[in-house]
Amino acid sequence: MEPGEIHALLGENGAGKSTLMNVLYGLYQPDEGEILVDGKPLKLKGPSDAIGAGIGMVHQHFMLVPVFTVTENIMLGAEQIRGGIAGFLDRRRARREVTEVSERYNLRVDPDAVIEDLPVGIQQRVEIVKALTRDVDLLILDEPTAVLTPQETEELLTVMRSLKAAGKSIVFITHKLGEVKAIADRITVIRRGKTVGTASPEASRDELAALMVGRNVRLTVDKTPATPGDPVLEVSGLVVDDDRQIRAVDGVDLTVRAGEVLGVAGVQGNGQTELIEAIMGLRPALAGTISLAGDRINGWKPKKVLRAGVGYVPEDRSVDGLIKEFSVAENLVLDIYDRPPFGAGLALKPDAIAASAKERIEQFDVRTSSADAAVGTLSGGNQQKVIVARELSRPLKLFIAAQPTRGVDVGSIEFIHSQVIRERDIGTAVLVVSSELDEVIGLADRIAVMYRGRIIGIVGPDTPREEIGLLMAGISPDEAHDAVAAPAADKPGAATAADKPAAADGGPASDAGPASEDEA
Amino acid sequence: MSTMAVPDIAVAPVDEGFWTRSRKVGLTLLALGLLSAVLFGALATDQQARFTLSDDAAGAALEINGTIGAILFGIITIAAGAALLAGVPKRWFLPVLGVGLVAFVLSFLCWQVSAAPAGQNFMPLVNIIRGTFILALPLIFGALAGVLCERSGVVNVAIEGQLLMGAFSGALFGSISGSVWVGLVAAAIGGAFISLLLAVFAIRYLVDQVVMGIVLNLLAVGVTGFLYERLMQTDAAKYNSAPRFSNWEIPLLKDIPVLGPALFRGNIFLYLGLLLVLVIHIGLFRTRWGLRTRSVGEHPIAADTLGVKVLRVRYRNVLLAGVVAGIGGASYTLALYSFTKNMIGGKGFIALAALIFGRWNPTGALLAALFFGFADQLATYLGAISSSIPSQFLAMLPYLATILAVAGLVGRVRAPAADGKPYIKG
Repeated sequence: MEPGEIHALLGENGAGKSTLMNVLYGLYQPDEGEILVDGKPLKLKGPSDAIGAGIGMVHQHFMLVPVFTVTENIMLGAEQIRGGIAGFLDRRRARREVTEVSERYNLRVDPDAVIEDLPVGIQQRVEIVKALTRDVDLLILDEPTAVLTPQETEELLTVMRSLKAAGKSIVFITHKLGEVKAIADRITVIRRGKTVGTASPEASRDELAALMVGRNVRLTVDKTPATPGDPVLEVSGLVVDDDRQIRAVDGVDLTVRAGEVLGVAGVQGNGQTELIEAIMGLRPALAGTISLAGDRINGWKPKKVLRAGVGYVPEDRSVDGLIKEFSVAENLVLDIYDRPPFGAGLALKPDAIAASAKERIEQFDVRTSSADAAVGTLSGGNQQKVIVARELSRPLKLFIAAQPTRGVDVGSIEFIHSQVIRERDIGTAVLVVSSELDEVIGLADRIAVMYRGRIIGIVGPDTPREEIGLLMAGISPDEAHDAVAAPAADKPGAATAADKPAAADGGPASDAGPASEDEA
Repeated sequence: MSTMAVPDIAVAPVDEGFWTRSRKVGLTLLALGLLSAVLFGALATDQQARFTLSDDAAGAALEINGTIGAILFGIITIAAGAALLAGVPKRWFLPVLGVGLVAFVLSFLCWQVSAAPAGQNFMPLVNIIRGTFILALPLIFGALAGVLCERSGVVNVAIEGQLLMGAFSGALFGSISGSVWVGLVAAAIGGAFISLLLAVFAIRYLVDQVVMGIVLNLLAVGVTGFLYERLMQTDAAKYNSAPRFSNWEIPLLKDIPVLGPALFRGNIFLYLGLLLVLVIHIGLFRTRWGLRTRSVGEHPIAADTLGVKVLRVRYRNVLLAGVVAGIGGASYTLALYSFTKNMIGGKGFIALAALIFGRWNPTGALLAALFFGFADQLATYLGAISSSIPSQFLAMLPYLATILAVAGLVGRVRAPAADGKPYIKG
């Protein structure tokens, strides 16, 4: 690393990026090898040593105490003290320092706000301020854009540029190629715990992707145009609350037809989870109707919904999709273990379960040591394939996939995507929910954007990314369309700007974002 | 037990339409007021209800006609309920609720005192207040031990055992040495010993903290019971006759009417308990120690990434909790009684309830402990004036109140997020 450099660390999930950085931050101890800072070897016994050596880290899952204020979170571990041994907190000084640092780097935060009341974008800002108050020279950002809207991402990139200008070095960990190309000075690609190459940002997306996975991958999904049939899932006026009894879905209407993929895009936490759970019967619908092929399924138990021909890939496989301690074979029949041929009366039929498991492991390319291995020992991608295999092994009317490829390697993503399209092509209605915009654009025949519990717009898959991004931030479809179209119409030679949306259109977008939030 | 389920169930709804929490509470209060005005008013007699400002029937007193008092205070409760129902600003909620509840209790007392047999129809306030504090004292120490422990993320079900071990070692070593101070130190060490076991098994060996706490309570009952029978009873004069702290009168403060004689002519434990509430409250919210303790109890990983030594903080706080509870146990054996088998008798669990009722806050825990102490004292008093209310019914009240509190009636009850969750590094 050089001073004032943004170094991107690129690799698939599970490639070892985060582990490497946790070692660098002193959280894990290296088994071998050493870390050199300014040519001198550095021994890190814990995070405090790393902070002392000028290394700061913004973790993928924010390290903020939700019930503390911004100032409390920032001062924790490096408290300003008065009153000698009693150690009274000097909040005023800490507050001033927070204000100072946030003004110097143009990272506006309210020092007295409580973290749990802040949106994730701001929380991330707090994390960065936290690192900066500790006078770090090297800032590690672990997957910082995973939870951000395109506009927030753009703001973050701006912040990174200004930090770079202030002479800070940044390690930027990600698996998103677009961001790397937009900001990095140098790129190191990691695969299976090894550095497999370095590249300059001029390298093409395909080259980088090939380095990441070790072979050429298609970034787009191959598919023919859809041939939509009759409506299968019809939702109208649906209202659902979340666990805290706060309105999460607030009057959603949507229709999914046989043989088409409806993609639901949106920043996480805008009601997608609750929408799906209400359809599956996991969460009560407070108003509105849900019907499946003409039958009203409100109030049905999940089992009845599944039996009616709905396949469901839940968004968090480790919580809802799999029983990690159970074997692959057992997990493959979780939905129909009590039906012939797998169960009869009170007993299970182990032979039938094993035989079907073998078949499906082969068919869905599940890489496991055996069908009897605990599913928790498989990699994320293979766990996901087990779920997809289970759900697609029944005749379906409707297939619901929530975050089907979250935390899954590129090879498995490709496979899962092809399975989703195959299911569509045999005439199943498919509903895909994903916070990965690329995934939604790649898979969907129509894209519904959710914002604050409503479908804010339904657009075609050819809609420009940045227009969908604006919708995700809550800008109305017309405004979003105009905002994206305007620069191209106004300025001559704006075509290049449209080609590099991240750089050109982030400005107006980020200005519009907060304003509309205030209105709402 | 309950401490672990709380965060999931007790998050208050933000938007609930017309029937906000404040309105529901107001309706309840209104119903209570009606009950007291009508029922207590009808049952009260025309005798004067006297609240004497002394230890006995003598001296100045606040007097009111029983029927009039019961109805009047009932009406105040109704008014408070109606105010909440009509909607008051948020910061007025607790004061109005407080006024309503106090008026309800007064209405009840007007009935009881006026209906008492002739010659007993008075309530000595000094006595009642002193009794409330004395009965609340082990609860205060116990709940503070809970605060120290649970704010750092370790569930402390072992309060009962810590109190008991403190009481026992205070009695034993106080007797042997003949010094109250040696007894006090021994009590602190005794409580800390139970804490040490809790800390090692919960923090180092990741044993379930609730299970470990229960086991430690049983262990403390067993060990002290065994030593009581086999050692103390062989020579009670030598082993179970600890010297006692005498009452200290605090200059000036002791002359305050009612409160002076009730509170400021007490023993060291009372002063220590109140002082500890103050110290721990300030410590928790104003000092580095407090900030780190709370961070470890809420989000240990975040604390770790900032260089806070999570396990060290937890060890230290659990041990401190043992010291506090141990001293609380000594408030029995070094001030009031000699040691008897299982003499804490469940107060540790009530302290746990006070901790939850007080929302893991030292001052809240103090108020909750006082409330429980008052209910206890009231039961004794009503027994003494041969009331028609069964004393068991009053003895039940604190627990009923705790259940309501945990159910979220008194507001959002939220345990520290990492309470009961062991921290495993890496």
